[in-house]
Amino acid sequence: MSENTRTIKNAVCTFCGCVCDDMELTVDLDEHRITKAKNACILGRSWFSEHVIEDRPIAAIGGKEVSFEEAVEESAQILTKAKFPIIYGLSEASVEAQREAVAIADYMRGSIDSTSSVCHGPTGMAFQGVGESTTTLGEVKNRADLVIFWGCNPAEAHPRLFTRYAVTTKGMFIPRGKKDRTVVLVDPRKTASAPVANIHIRPKPATDFEMIWALRALIKGKKVNASIEKVTGVPLETLQDLAERMKNCNFGVVFFGMGLTMGRGRYFNTGALFSMVTDLNEYTHFVVKPARGHGNVTGADQVLTWQTGYPFGVNFNLGYPRFNPGEFTAVDNLARDGADAAMFIASDPASNFPKAAVEQMKRIPVISLDTRRSVTSELAYVVFSTSAWGLNEHGTAYRMDDIPITLRPAFESPYPSDVVILSAIKNRVFELNIDKRSIGMSARSDIGKATLHASM
Amino acid sequence: MSEKMILIPVRTTEQGTALNKGKLQEAYMLETSMVDVNTDDMERLGLQEGDKVRLSNEVGEVIVTCRGKKPDDLPQGLLAIPYGPPTTHLMDSETYGSGMPVSKHMEVVIEKVIV
Amino acid sequence: MVSATRIVNGKVYDPINNIDGVIRDICIEDGRIVESVPDSATRIEAQGMVIMPGGVDIHCHIAGPKVNAGRKLMPEDHRKDPYPGTAVTRSGSGGIVPSTFTTGYRYATMGYTTAMEAAVPPLSARHTLEELHDTPVIDKGFYVLLANNIFLQNLIKEGRQEEFQQAVAWWMNATRAYTPKLVNPGGDEPWKGKRNTNVHDIDEKVDGISPRQIIEAFVIAADKMNLPHPAHIHCNNLGHSGNYRTTLETMRTAGDKRLHIAHIQFNCYGGEVGKQPASKAAEIIEYINQHPNITCDVGQVMFGNALSMTADAPLAYMLRGINKNKWVNADTECESGCGIVPFTYQGHVYTHTLQWAIGLELFLLTENPWQVILSTDHPNGGSFMNYPKLIRLLMDRGFRRQEIARVNQKAIAKTMISDLDREYSLYEIAIITRAGPARALGLKNKGHLGPGADADITIHDEMEDKEMMFNAPRYVLKSGVHIIADHEFREDHTGRLLHITPEYDQKIEEVIQPFFESYYSVQFENYPIDKSYMHDNEVISTGST
Ligand code: SF4
Ligand SMILES: [Zn+2]
Repeated sequence: MSENTRTIKNAVCTFCGCVCDDMELTVDLDEHRITKAKNACILGRSWFSEHVIEDRPIAAIGGKEVSFEEAVEESAQILTKAKFPIIYGLSEASVEAQREAVAIADYMRGSIDSTSSVCHGPTGMAFQGVGESTTTLGEVKNRADLVIFWGCNPAEAHPRLFTRYAVTTKGMFIPRGKKDRTVVLVDPRKTASAPVANIHIRPKPATDFEMIWALRALIKGKKVNASIEKVTGVPLETLQDLAERMKNCNFGVVFFGMGLTMGRGRYFNTGALFSMVTDLNEYTHFVVKPARGHGNVTGADQVLTWQTGYPFGVNFNLGYPRFNPGEFTAVDNLARDGADAAMFIASDPASNFPKAAVEQMKRIPVISLDTRRSVTSELAYVVFSTSAWGLNEHGTAYRMDDIPITLRPAFESPYPSDVVILSAIKNRVFELNIDKRSIGMSARSDIGKATLHASM
Repeated sequence: MSEKMILIPVRTTEQGTALNKGKLQEAYMLETSMVDVNTDDMERLGLQEGDKVRLSNEVGEVIVTCRGKKPDDLPQGLLAIPYGPPTTHLMDSETYGSGMPVSKHMEVVIEKVIV
Repeated sequence: MVSATRIVNGKVYDPINNIDGVIRDICIEDGRIVESVPDSATRIEAQGMVIMPGGVDIHCHIAGPKVNAGRKLMPEDHRKDPYPGTAVTRSGSGGIVPSTFTTGYRYATMGYTTAMEAAVPPLSARHTLEELHDTPVIDKGFYVLLANNIFLQNLIKEGRQEEFQQAVAWWMNATRAYTPKLVNPGGDEPWKGKRNTNVHDIDEKVDGISPRQIIEAFVIAADKMNLPHPAHIHCNNLGHSGNYRTTLETMRTAGDKRLHIAHIQFNCYGGEVGKQPASKAAEIIEYINQHPNITCDVGQVMFGNALSMTADAPLAYMLRGINKNKWVNADTECESGCGIVPFTYQGHVYTHTLQWAIGLELFLLTENPWQVILSTDHPNGGSFMNYPKLIRLLMDRGFRRQEIARVNQKAIAKTMISDLDREYSLYEIAIITRAGPARALGLKNKGHLGPGADADITIHDEMEDKEMMFNAPRYVLKSGVHIIADHEFREDHTGRLLHITPEYDQKIEEVIQPFFESYYSVQFENYPIDKSYMHDNEVISTGST
């Protein structure tokens, strides 16, 4: 370690959706690395300490080092020539990069999807169906006297959710921290999160929907048959007790995770949970919060929504955004042999998509942007090495509760940022596709219909 | 001996920290090729800590290393595996119109690999 | 880009400069209106056309967390209304809450060149700025929600008005906002902290503070700071029968100081709480006629789809109780609440017709259109895309009669609407859509066509059907850029952020910071918004003249 260090206060960890912004980083300016991350949890510490500048070419095509410009040109050509190109990833990227990515999808008339579709996509679909009563994390800290963790394991996925936002932390109306809260964990396993729980309910796997539905009935004072225990493995009395606790708390919150979204029930599970929380608002104040994120996946939802109207799984083939999960989502696009070119931004689908989708990645030209080598970058045709968002670059990340936080970079990287790369590709794709886009468009609105039609 | 069980990919701290070292690094490869098995189940299946087991279903199969969990921590019939490349070999690409493949609660057959 | 333009032979309506339908040239250079331009300037032939300053929307919901939640909530609505891109514009989706690009382009398509997002929690100001950056063509700003801010309420309770004012100024700077917004002052704590209840009277104290104390504090602070636009208030009891008394009391609280009442139509109801409302438009407008210090926007209800999205969370919950539709509630720590419910206004429903008629009464009864500004509280009373139709309802008595005949007659009978023969002139339309809102906002370079004004200009073919006419200006210029020519998009444009930077004593940070560190979930140092979010911006000066 050299003497040449710098301290950065109030820096931001973007490893998980907690996006803790109270990091105190010690940066070794000679070695270009972070040597200490005060306040970080174990995951955060490794996020900061493991980020070293790898020695890779800035860009490569087919394994051969090329210039930045050549790689941009090749990428733009690939995306333009393809009939059904897709962009996927975006979770470990700033809002600024995400905005560029959506622009490329628009100009190239392809599909764009974020890692949302394989984490909380079903949560988004439930939101569209039934709405959601939710909150920022500070209100949980200040007010929540009943905190339920359902199908999530913050101790290992969002470690500081407990200490900084939801359990041990003291708040305005929770002066004694954990002593003033009742913590419930719903998980078949005794996970590392179990020790913080006052009550641990252990249903049979994949019976969440049945359990939530029974709770909805109990909350409304309806009778539930004792056989519910056979189905869920949870005694009726336990459910009754939970229903009463939920109705009688002052401010209740349910955090939930992929235990609900990734199983068979998907958006039925999350829709049921949202509906239960809505029901509870007849009796008291109750909110629900997906424990989201890897990185800025929440921001990807936000950007896609404000630019296209839809949170993920968007396609521009017809010249305007369309949304159809199961059709325009990345797994489906790849697995059904639809996508004929792909750009993966700051994500590694080759390591977590179903086999059939990964097989397709090997058959088509793939462009990859990533800070470090990954299973995906290994199979990609065009590979860009990028600087690390947050560590090397300014930008914005959204916390799991949709609060945007400004990043404070720690040291410089010799690699260009994803924003720079994407913006160069965008400009070139725009040029290459200009004749696909109609020159004049009627700006006359249809009387009373509030619609516009392209003069094609 | 083989048996049908429910496989759930989960997050672990080790998987998270290893991820930061890099996905092509040994630590990540190692952590993501472990499967947690209830120790009563292990006994019944004749498995020892560290044994290689084959997980398979109609999509594919993987060989991972068995790691025992107390019955109180992990119910019988449930297998927990850290998120990572091995799970993709067992994952069906059908998303039933949701975009999300079934990635929790996958039915798999577990059996000891005889070396 | 064209640098100099001369518009010739058009009929000019420019109320701020007392020009009422006079044919004269308009000259433009470097984005501003000037006395003259060289002969080489591009000419726009505007014979048979009407020239007005670009429209100014003083109250709408177009960007930020609740708007985006509303957008995300309505895929079924976007599907019906796709918005293709062109060679110069991005694509998007329409519907009741269009995507950001579509929002900007559609405002332009209607001849509006400035719009103010009316309710942003400070903690989400950064998000709002990002969306506004992606909202093309128009200039824009936002009002920041401060009335349910617990820290500020504590200062009011303790009678620390001077520090309160400093803190408000700090918040305006930290968030880059345009003015303080008050929504159901005092109503958040009963909602979040007392099991979803509400405050019911302007003098009811909840945890030691009443709505009136809060309103008073903001009115005084805004006045002392000489804000270009005063405190902008969504009154208590909005939507409830009998609430006109609350509205009158709110206006009285301001005394002779400036105050803007948002979407006042929703606060003009007689009758008893929980029972059918009646119209009290006449009582309200009478007060406004007598008090030039008050401005309001109407919040006209238009039949068809709407999306109720408000920082008044108890109100959204009440609406949800009516239609049992999907519902969003979103709390922001220490600062705000929020509720969203899809809603449809139907002509056969008594209450909806009454609301529609009350809005029209307000327009038609006012003695001074400068005080009564056109809005639908988009998307709460209906989309901003309804403005042309609303203009026709005001300008065309025959059309209005037709429309009256189609709706709930019981409700119509409870209002004066059938007896009001007034027809707005083009000059008056220019007041309620351009000059009036610009003046109320203190935007000296907007809402008129005098030298020095921003060259935000719309040119309409003069037509009998005023809805048709205002639906499709032939030309739209924004900052002198020819955005639309012959009804086609010719150029894209980012638009500017309009905000204020009132002075404050740095010491106030020492008062705010400890509260922050105890009760917020972000670091104090990471809360204020840095320049990187500002894109093109213009600081509107505080202080007199
Ligand atoms: S909780 Fe998440 S954001 Fe916070 S320090 Fe740990 S990994 Fe980073
Ligand atoms: Zn409003």
